Amino acid sequence: MKTYDQINDRIASGKAVVLTADEIMDYVDRKGAAAAAREVDVVTTATFGPMCSSGCMLNFGQPKPKIRITEAWIEDVLVYAGLAAADVYLGATQLRHGDPANMYHPGEFRYGGGHVIEDLVAGKSLQLFALSYATDCYPRRELRTYFTIDDLNQAIMVNPRNCYQNYNVAINKSDRTVYTYMGRLDPNGKNATYCSAGQLSPLLNDPCYETIGIGTKVWLAGAHGHVYAAGTQHAGACDRTAGGVPTGGAGTLALTADMKKMRPEFVRGVSLRGYGVSLALGVGIPIPVLNEQVLTRACIRDRDIPAPVIDYGIDYPQNTGKVLCHVTYEDLRSGRIEVQGKKVAVGSLSSYHTALEVANLLAGEIRRGDFTLARPHAKLPADTAMKPLVMREKPL
Amino acid sequence: MSDTITRKLMLYFPKCECEKPIVYHLVKDYDLVVNVFRAKVTPEEEGYLVLDVTGTEHNIEQAMAFVRTFNVTINLTGKGVTREDTRCTHCGFCVPYCPSNALRIDDTATREVVFDESKCIECLACIRVCPFGACASAF
Repeated sequence: MKTYDQINDRIASGKAVVLTADEIMDYVDRKGAAAAAREVDVVTTATFGPMCSSGCMLNFGQPKPKIRITEAWIEDVLVYAGLAAADVYLGATQLRHGDPANMYHPGEFRYGGGHVIEDLVAGKSLQLFALSYATDCYPRRELRTYFTIDDLNQAIMVNPRNCYQNYNVAINKSDRTVYTYMGRLDPNGKNATYCSAGQLSPLLNDPCYETIGIGTKVWLAGAHGHVYAAGTQHAGACDRTAGGVPTGGAGTLALTADMKKMRPEFVRGVSLRGYGVSLALGVGIPIPVLNEQVLTRACIRDRDIPAPVIDYGIDYPQNTGKVLCHVTYEDLRSGRIEVQGKKVAVGSLSSYHTALEVANLLAGEIRRGDFTLARPHAKLPADTAMKPLVMREKPL
Repeated sequence: MSDTITRKLMLYFPKCECEKPIVYHLVKDYDLVVNVFRAKVTPEEEGYLVLDVTGTEHNIEQAMAFVRTFNVTINLTGKGVTREDTRCTHCGFCVPYCPSNALRIDDTATREVVFDESKCIECLACIRVCPFGACASAF
């Protein structure tokens, strides 16, 4: 048994033993779980992939004379201005004004909120256009200016839903090509796509939320942030394997961090043909090896994680809840899975390569004493489930 | 017969040269086997052509000298499709859409996506599917 304080002391003294979730399994196989749990202090987990429920709070400061922004666009991408005078929220999936979207199907969706966030973090100069109805205290009615992230008072990433614990494998059993947030799916189940770091993914290494909770310190695109809530659609109460691993989506995390400290290579705008825009983020989360059980759970391998195969031709859009079958991440990584007796080529939207890079960067920071762990102040709920929207014709 | 070699070329034809049957002469006069990957005449009537030529080194040199007598630019690297390494996140999303295995994962431990230009047939599938805009076409 170790405590957070003991682990942080070892980190501070530069003596912490840190392995990535990609390395820990073989280490435990060699050393045995009990000895490894004594030796290893931290296991680093990571993921890199599109996370649509992401965005940022920006504060512009005030020009002379002042403005109470009512509507605003950054590089023609609409931001939400229903906040205090110079605060706006920019969402990752907001499309640039004038984009033809799917008018000419499948649309290209070249630029949107995710790309603005990428450009901000990369230090590029961006255009702000804002309107107001003007008040006695905020007389300006309009402004157009150019700014970089350094000009802002605050740029805080506030993501309501990141790091889905597990995720669907998308296939299309219909007879026409469909363009989805999981990419282009050819008819009659010709290809499939998935989106998870599997054995490296944070919540798959802590499937029962024993260490990752509200208040956990995280590495968000290079900045040190934290889990501020259970993410939207968090559904801890779900079907699980005997080892506690969810067989579908399940848990999610709401994350925040200072965008001024982020690294641009881990904040990337995403364009999905025929669907829309998004933002891909690199997230690293350390798991403190408090005891043998925590370590054993962090030793999960791709072959032990089942992912549900869902028909995005019919079942996903119609919300039927039907699962065609389950495959493992080991199957998925091979590039071919078998669905209903047929071999299907499969590709990933989530980058294991970049996730490995994140896990190693975080491990390095912890070893150098630059990243200490925070004990969560509340657990992620294990008893909440996903509710559908009830369609009512009359008020209650 | 001396040894034959294969070279990938990208040719650029300005408007004035677009209607000349230059490739015909590569076959007829220089005994080259040509394999065209991609050809395009733009709305401005400029032409682009990416092709493999197979023949003796001597004949290929002679053929290129012949091509240069026109106002045609020869790009010997033949890169009609490129991948920008700093934009690629190595997600591997492109891999199953690539019909010639030019984009593939060789090392299953690092899962790095390699782009083998020599295998690229310039179908442009990667450009359409890459979520990060990492692949681009010269024309």
